[in-house]
Amino acid sequence: MMPEIALNVLDIAQNSVRAEASLIQISVDVDKAADKLTIIIEDNGCGMTAEQTDRVTDPFFTTRTTRKIGLGVPFFKMAAESTGGSFSIQSEPGVGTKVTAVFGLSHIDRMPLGDMNGTIYTLITFNTQIDFLYTYTFDQRSFTLDTREFKNILEGVPLNNPEVSEYIRQFLNENSHEVDGGAVV
Amino acid sequence: MKSLAELKAIRDRMQGEVNMREDDSSNHIRVVVGMATCGIASGARPVLNKLAEDVQAKHLDNVIVTQTGCIGLCQYEPIVEVYEPGKEKVTYIKMTPEKADEVVEQHLIRGQVLGKYTLSATNL
Repeated sequence: MMPEIALNVLDIAQNSVRAEASLIQISVDVDKAADKLTIIIEDNGCGMTAEQTDRVTDPFFTTRTTRKIGLGVPFFKMAAESTGGSFSIQSEPGVGTKVTAVFGLSHIDRMPLGDMNGTIYTLITFNTQIDFLYTYTFDQRSFTLDTREFKNILEGVPLNNPEVSEYIRQFLNENSHEVDGGAVV
Repeated sequence: MKSLAELKAIRDRMQGEVNMREDDSSNHIRVVVGMATCGIASGARPVLNKLAEDVQAKHLDNVIVTQTGCIGLCQYEPIVEVYEPGKEKVTYIKMTPEKADEVVEQHLIRGQVLGKYTLSATNL
């Protein structure tokens, strides 16, 4: 098990990186009125066949050859379903994959969201060739980070340039604080 | 909301410097962090970020910090591998951000391998 949901997101997004996506969209929506926490990770990578999609939630299935198990997706599914939530994967070869996990927000078994900004920061600065669109919503208020927008402004200055990555860290921290008032989710 | 004008200012400041570091990468030290499910679950994210931060803060322009998938030694994660041209690979196991600091200071800067944290110091 992962100690926080943000690490599951990092793990699942690594699958999108391996699927050679050029755009990964991540959305985190905290909705207290509906008592739900919804996470969506969507990519335009190589996608999976219907058979692979069916089997990917099976811990004893992996396309990899280094070992015989693949726990990333099963962990995420179990974490969501154990809070009365739901989990789904839609995928099409050549189109991409969309993973949706819904958690019961106030459920006692829901692990903390954790350092979501740290996850997004890691993904952006270590995969500068991929574009990320991150949306964080807290009770209908939201902010968006679009690396395509950043790259347009930066005109070739890389996202992992120390000053730029520091800007990204602050952008995430300040804007998420503005949206959720520093609430611990 | 944080303004994009700040990003424009960074761009203007950086554009002069950007292309100066296009030298060949054959002499670079590569520091690789395992970031598969096993690595992430045991704490690889803070280790990776710490290494990158230290390398930037100390201006180690000859060091590249990157990530990889499962190295196949899940029980020893978080694992950090250091590849130095002309030398044998060094595998650090059960890493933490604090140990990462030491590796940067002793190994990457001074060239002293921290034997006590390596895989070869473990009874397999």
